[in-house]
Amino acid sequence: MKALNRLFLSILAVSIVLLIIINRLNAAQGFSGDNTLTVYNWGDYIDQDVIQQFEEETGITVIYETFDSNEAMMTKIEQGGTTYDIAVPSEYTIEKMAEEDLLYELDHDKIPNLQYIDDRFLNLPFDENNRYSIPYFWGTVGIIFNPELLPEGIEITGWHDLWDPRLENQILLVDGAREIIGMGLNTLGYSLNDTNPVHLYETLDHLEKLTPNIRAIVGDENKMLMVNNEAAVAVGWSGDAADIMGENEAMDYVVPEEGSNLWFDNFVIPKTAKNIDGAHEFINFMLDPEVSAQNTEYVSYSTPNKEALKYMPEEMVNDERFYPDAALTDKLEVYENLGKENLAFYNELFLQFKMYRK
Amino acid sequence: MQNKTFRNLFMLPYALWIIIFVIAPILLVVYFSFFDINGNFSLTNYKNFFTATYLQMTLNSFWYAFLITVISLLIAYPTAYILTRTKHKQLWLLLIIVPSWINLLLKAYAFIGIFGTHGAANRFLEWAGIGSRQLLFTDFSFVFVAVYIFIPFMILPIFNALDKLNPSLLYAASDLGASKWTTFRRVIFPLTLDGVKSGCQVVFIPALSLFMLTRLIAGNRVITLGTAIEQQFLVTQNWGMGATIAVFLIIIMVGFMALTSIRRRGV
Repeated sequence: MKALNRLFLSILAVSIVLLIIINRLNAAQGFSGDNTLTVYNWGDYIDQDVIQQFEEETGITVIYETFDSNEAMMTKIEQGGTTYDIAVPSEYTIEKMAEEDLLYELDHDKIPNLQYIDDRFLNLPFDENNRYSIPYFWGTVGIIFNPELLPEGIEITGWHDLWDPRLENQILLVDGAREIIGMGLNTLGYSLNDTNPVHLYETLDHLEKLTPNIRAIVGDENKMLMVNNEAAVAVGWSGDAADIMGENEAMDYVVPEEGSNLWFDNFVIPKTAKNIDGAHEFINFMLDPEVSAQNTEYVSYSTPNKEALKYMPEEMVNDERFYPDAALTDKLEVYENLGKENLAFYNELFLQFKMYRK
Repeated sequence: MQNKTFRNLFMLPYALWIIIFVIAPILLVVYFSFFDINGNFSLTNYKNFFTATYLQMTLNSFWYAFLITVISLLIAYPTAYILTRTKHKQLWLLLIIVPSWINLLLKAYAFIGIFGTHGAANRFLEWAGIGSRQLLFTDFSFVFVAVYIFIPFMILPIFNALDKLNPSLLYAASDLGASKWTTFRRVIFPLTLDGVKSGCQVVFIPALSLFMLTRLIAGNRVITLGTAIEQQFLVTQNWGMGATIAVFLIIIMVGFMALTSIRRRGV
């Protein structure tokens, strides 16, 4: 019994010591002064050199953390306990975050470089007058394909080409309800924000006809799978396409002629921020045309900064796959926040679609 | 007297642990399952569960978990048996257990490479003259990888049961004229049944709610209840429906536990 008592007490003692150490470590990591700025961004979505430049210029130390889905990012900010000064959500998440009062309003006077952003990308329905957000990068959803693996005589220009029976078992889809249901709606000529159940059930029927051509429905693995020649065609984001094309020059990307999704990732200052001035400074710095150009060359998504284009290599700026012309851009739609119930319905349909087997 | 108070004191951390990390979460899951997407109290989630999509999904999960358990058992039992007969059995056992120290995701990614169109498995098939075929994103690869992952958990309890078996019982059986097969059927297997049962529990229950493998290895061509729960919580953020599916998963698991822990009289 005595030995047991001693064991019990020593475990208690060790626990207390550990608790004290953890406390000390937390305090030592700071999150306190005006001299740090915590940036919460998607993985591999910034040129680290740019961060260094910012640190040298302002003397602010940047703590950089990453997330891999809007939902995960939002949950973490909602729960509190973090001190993110900058976050980079996509447009439909900004609407949700604004509704739930998770964002600070931006002070445009502190962001003079806002003038360099193309007017096309300002004052959009998800955030009127850019009260809460400034666009960081934009892109599209489209078709990535490997011409060397395509059966002969197939040319891919739009969504309808995916239904070609010669593409049997050759298509990778991205595992996202909005993307795939949206693709189905666009193919049938509806808006990708359509919530009419009749149209949606028609879409489900049409999507089920695509099943024989689908090899797999995957997430970020699609990049690796395409690079390994696992499939000829993948539906995904333009940024993934740029990455894949960086690995294998033969790959190609097309923005479907029927129309598609136009998405934005945007800087916001969440309510968890401690260094609001620093956050404004950071946004302004990132909008500087030369910085933005350097960053865009690294990330290879499309920049909304029209001045930055002047500092970028011409073949990048003139690439219509990533900077589509006005005629095509007009057909692109931004996701609207459809509300929880419609979103649940989209997901239910997507689940049914995934369950459907040949 | 003092002893008793002390014992109760020592029980406190465990009791707290069980309450906070076992009982409370289960109660929360049940509680959340009664709320619809707008946070109103309702039974809609249960109504939704009894539609074709979810029933089919339950059936799928059940079927794949069953397949994985049976195949693991068929491989694990002879393996464990042979292990107990080897000279350095602890070393062999260790070698079988070591792969389970490696993270599951890492193993799944490795299998994407191995089973790929241009992966090692297909190169071997070509070399063997069979010709390459699609392995990745098929039912076969899904069951194969799941069995691979779960097999150590099946071998361990069976190995322990076989190892504890008193050899004099086997001598007695053969002295009394039992053939090898009869000895196995009437003596060895009944005496190791407990190991088999706990092995089946350890494999079947997690297999029922597998979700990452369904995407990485089966390319979402296999949809289980685990996938649906993940989607409801992370994407749709319909916690109620996710909780409802979890409630049914718990019911199935409890049922399976009950089924495998019934002791037959006379054994």
